Amino acid sequence: MGSLKKRKWTLIVNLVLLALVVLWAIPIIGLFISSLRGQDDVLTSGWWTIFKGKGGLTLDNYRQVLGGSQYTFVDAGGNTVRASGDNLSRAFMNSFTVTIPSVIIPILIASAAAFGFAWLVFPGRKFFFTTVVALLVVPLQIALIPILRDYMKIGLTGSYLGIWLAHTGFGLPLGIYLLYNYISTIPRDIFESAFLDGARPMVVFARLVLPLAVPAIASLAIFQFLWVWNDLLVALVFLGGTSNVAVLTQRLATMVGSRGQDWHLLTAGAFVAMVVPLLVFFSLQRYFVQGLMAGSVKG
Amino acid sequence: MKTKGGLLHTTLVTVGRIAISILIPLVAFVILWGGFIFLRDSNAPQSVIAIVAIIWGVGGVALLFFVADWLVNRAPVNIAKKLQPFVFVGPALAILAWYLFFPTVRSLYLSFFDAYSKSFVGLENYIFAFTDSKMLESFTNNLLWIILGTGGSVGCGLLIALLADRSKFEKAFKSLIFMPMAISFVGAGVIWRFVYAYKPAGEDQLGILNALVTLLGGEPKAWFTLQPWNNIFLIIILVWLQTGYAMVIISAALKGVPSTIIEAGRIDGASELKIVGRIIIPHILSTIVTVATTIIIISLKIFDIVFTMTNGNYGTEVIASMQYKQMFRFYHYGRGSAIAIVLVIAVIPVMWYNLRQFSKQEGF
Repeated sequence: MGSLKKRKWTLIVNLVLLALVVLWAIPIIGLFISSLRGQDDVLTSGWWTIFKGKGGLTLDNYRQVLGGSQYTFVDAGGNTVRASGDNLSRAFMNSFTVTIPSVIIPILIASAAAFGFAWLVFPGRKFFFTTVVALLVVPLQIALIPILRDYMKIGLTGSYLGIWLAHTGFGLPLGIYLLYNYISTIPRDIFESAFLDGARPMVVFARLVLPLAVPAIASLAIFQFLWVWNDLLVALVFLGGTSNVAVLTQRLATMVGSRGQDWHLLTAGAFVAMVVPLLVFFSLQRYFVQGLMAGSVKG
Repeated sequence: MKTKGGLLHTTLVTVGRIAISILIPLVAFVILWGGFIFLRDSNAPQSVIAIVAIIWGVGGVALLFFVADWLVNRAPVNIAKKLQPFVFVGPALAILAWYLFFPTVRSLYLSFFDAYSKSFVGLENYIFAFTDSKMLESFTNNLLWIILGTGGSVGCGLLIALLADRSKFEKAFKSLIFMPMAISFVGAGVIWRFVYAYKPAGEDQLGILNALVTLLGGEPKAWFTLQPWNNIFLIIILVWLQTGYAMVIISAALKGVPSTIIEAGRIDGASELKIVGRIIIPHILSTIVTVATTIIIISLKIFDIVFTMTNGNYGTEVIASMQYKQMFRFYHYGRGSAIAIVLVIAVIPVMWYNLRQFSKQEGF
């Protein structure tokens, strides 16, 4: 009797979970299927009709959003406008160019700082670290106007260096905090014997600390990667609107504005923007979860 | 003669040392500057620029660290010892000061000036921030985001974590619910625009929500212009994105609840619901608070979803979208800064809570 009741419970639990998972997955499934359907099919019938055998699958949408060919269209004012295609492949490259240094630079700087805070003695150590913890939740909106003004003065607007530094600045509090939590737990004797042997702090840092902190660095890297790759606001403000440097999220946001009804292209574009973070996410989920546990606040 | 030669020798060595001390940083600087100019002005193919940019950016930072360390170690020992820690924490502190600390002070200053930051206007921008009808709308909406967004994410996360804890397929279920975490707000915007897509009655619906509504005999609706419910349709997107986060953290906390207390409850004949409410939830309460604070902050700063979905129209304005518009549409730096300061003030309770938690757990 008891085991029968228990089995019934397990079944109900699994069914409820299955229903929730389906509910969660439907939006993504709809997007993916639509991105593979032809223009006419997407614009005239719901994506679920494909299960009734309506229309076939094609890669045309992807060809169109990734390519950069010229096309003409008539805008709201009745003027014929000539513009280049969505050219997401360029934005794809831009996203990588923005993201890779925006992940590595803050990690280098944050791990050095975390090492300094954890193992070196200097005046103001407590004050500075408290400030770092306080800055964890400061909204980055606060920095947009002042930093943009600085950038205009020194010619950094629309440059990669400008956006790397911005992402570094905004990612540092969490980076220092996460890595400090990890590095400060490394047993003291490991350092002491190295220092006794006369090793300089930089050598200890590069040879001992960095290799030992790899798990924490990995989770921070995934964190920062997803954050930078998916960011829209910082890119909008510091990279500006030129399509030469625009990243995927910017291009996608523009597409939503300019071709809000072209579902065949929007869905393909959205999937292009999603594919890299999804790959990173599924291959490195374990580290990502560890990172989430270690520090769950970000400004 | 011998002493003179010795003196000459020492002088030469000193001059040489100084020369090298200047030369090496100079070379490093020239390399970095050359890279900067190349990146700023070059018309090389994009792939070349991308690769040079990545090498220059990452290598440059490493180079700066090593040059700084090398320089410090050439100083007399007692000075070197004092300077050493700042080689490590200095760059981080400088960047934090430039990007977060001083901007807060500068925004505060700018918020008392007019659109062009020319003349002092006192509290005018704050009066705007707290009386303008669009601003009041955004405060109400943000409150709605905080309550429903946080409540929804934490509630769904808790429910799924509790259920998954009792399932054999826990990993697979959790992984799928967690997946939206990897998707950008903009991407999620497109996904949900499609879910909410609207076609007039009589035509084939493209959005699954309207298809369901018509299937059940209802009228299709343009969800984004349906005030005030459109806010809730936007908040659902946040819940969809953040539930995975809440679930993962809560799920880990669940594993920490000692099974002996749960078993004891079962033996006493408590129902499953009572066990959850009386034993499990009190046990993981601090975790739930942490998760909730994180999502509250995300809801408070919500920007991308509103920006791409409705652009703040149809009564969906939020604080961050108002701030963006004041700055980059109307170029009113005074108001934009004042709204940013309002956001900072709103996070102060959380900041205070974090600092307290930190000083408690750390004998810093």
